[in-house]
Amino acid sequence: MTTPTPAVRVTRLSKSYGDVDAVTDISFDIQPGETFALLGPNGAGKSSTIEILEGYRDRSEGDVSVLGEDPQHGGLDWKARIGIVLQSSGESGNATVTEQLRHFASLYPHPRSVDEVIAAVGLESKAKTRIHKLSGGQQRRVDVALGIIGRPELLFLDEPTTGFDPEARHQFWDLIRSLKAEGTTILLTTHNLDEAAELSDRAGIIVGGRLIDIGTIGELGGPTARIPLVRWRDGTGAVREQRTDTPARVVAELAAAAGGEPADLQVLRPSLEDIYLGLVRRHAAETATSPENAEVLA
Amino acid sequence: MSATLNTQPGGQPAKAPQGKTRTDRVRTARRGVLPLGLARIGFEIRLYFRSTDTVFFTFLFPFIMLGIFTAAFSAQGNIGTNPDGSGGISVGAYYLPGMLAAGMLLSGLQNLAIDIAGEKGDGTLKRLGGTPLSPLSYFIGKIGQVLVTGILQAVLLLLVARFAFDIALPTEPEKWLTFTWVFLLGVITCAFLGIALSALPRSGRSASAVVIPIVLVLQFISGVYLQFNALPEWMQNVAGLFPLKWMAQGMRAVFLPENFAAQEQNGAWELDLVLLALLIWLVVGLVGSRLTFRWIRKDA
Repeated sequence: MTTPTPAVRVTRLSKSYGDVDAVTDISFDIQPGETFALLGPNGAGKSSTIEILEGYRDRSEGDVSVLGEDPQHGGLDWKARIGIVLQSSGESGNATVTEQLRHFASLYPHPRSVDEVIAAVGLESKAKTRIHKLSGGQQRRVDVALGIIGRPELLFLDEPTTGFDPEARHQFWDLIRSLKAEGTTILLTTHNLDEAAELSDRAGIIVGGRLIDIGTIGELGGPTARIPLVRWRDGTGAVREQRTDTPARVVAELAAAAGGEPADLQVLRPSLEDIYLGLVRRHAAETATSPENAEVLA
Repeated sequence: MSATLNTQPGGQPAKAPQGKTRTDRVRTARRGVLPLGLARIGFEIRLYFRSTDTVFFTFLFPFIMLGIFTAAFSAQGNIGTNPDGSGGISVGAYYLPGMLAAGMLLSGLQNLAIDIAGEKGDGTLKRLGGTPLSPLSYFIGKIGQVLVTGILQAVLLLLVARFAFDIALPTEPEKWLTFTWVFLLGVITCAFLGIALSALPRSGRSASAVVIPIVLVLQFISGVYLQFNALPEWMQNVAGLFPLKWMAQGMRAVFLPENFAAQEQNGAWELDLVLLALLIWLVVGLVGSRLTFRWIRKDA
């Protein structure tokens, strides 16, 4: 059995701006059809990484292959196969939603239907409105629509749901799932951990320019990070916690010992957000105590 | 409201268009540079006329200035004298060539320098740089927009001059031939200089503040607002280094009576020098555009 050529292959990628190292020695692959999330705090190097893959920035070191080509030299035919939703947009937008999409559709060899894309991002009622008259969240939906109008094989989504209300966010998730079903490869950055858990097959966590963990959503943080936590209030009123693989037994023992209901009893399964925050804090603590990195943080 | 898209049978990556509608034409290859450039022209022109700033300060400005000059100075009588010693030409007729030249500068240089600097600032260029649009198609769109709006402006200006200000226009075909080449060469030169100049403003917001003073000073020293022969010689020489002076001179050669040539710096229209100066500036504009234009500043 042959493994398919990865849609994205990043090997020992580094990027520095002058003396500042934005990205250091990052490697990962994204398989065709996979949805991969890059997670990390602000300024961690996510956008530098994604902009290198999009061809907007040149790398300092390492190798990058996107759909089989080096994005630094990606031609127009290569650009026709990718879709980009940038982190921020502020176009003054004197065109209407339909005009803008129709124009962008004309740039691609086999675009999607404009009406279909407008419906998919939920802007039917705003189709004839000029883009600058839309709300921030609605403009963001236009960004998403422009990113997918060219029927990309690989879609970059840099914090796509910023400014979305919950309903718009769920609608966006449905849209991404339908793109996945179609076989689109997706690279997503987001601060919304629910979003990463909902959409992505795998995720990488970038902190301080380094990839500190990578795996399926179920694997991140390692097996111990998912051990459930039993929390209750003991007879003295103090909050107690116990990590255990057998929470039911612990609860039963607590109930037996207390001779009834333990106060404020909770059984907690760590969410992706808990695991992510744990990883980021642990990494920050490690770099702060390591002398070689002390001056970087100072 | 459905948040889903039609998927290909078998869930395979889409390779061919489907779900055809009015807006979804079947295409199997990327469109060429020229067809996309022509498509850009239509899109650009539509956006041009939706921008109130552009319509007022670029498109309508020469009309307003012609109106102001005519209203302000007509009471002082005609300008110059005819060969037979009679009363010269009206103020409007005298200023018309300068206003046509100003229109070329505004439609080309001012328009594109501010427009492109703005597109750089608001992320339009970055977005386009991520699409399969060739920079060449983008340029064709911009130059085409300048040509169409510039020609429209000049034709309207001539109609207003003829029918609202009762200014007599030349009837000799060779005059109109001169008009055609001076106009086309001048407006295209200004367009490329505008693309090159768009690299200068540090942000889209500062674009007007950087570009308008340059355009304004050029208009004052090049014989657009002030009678060129009334300017001190050193100022005329400085103006001669820039293209606007030559565009204005070429337009005067078309629209002023032959005996007015005596008032030019060297007593003649010097159309050969007009051609030479504009060709040099066209090369400057082409090279400048080519060297400075980027979809985005990499690694800024």
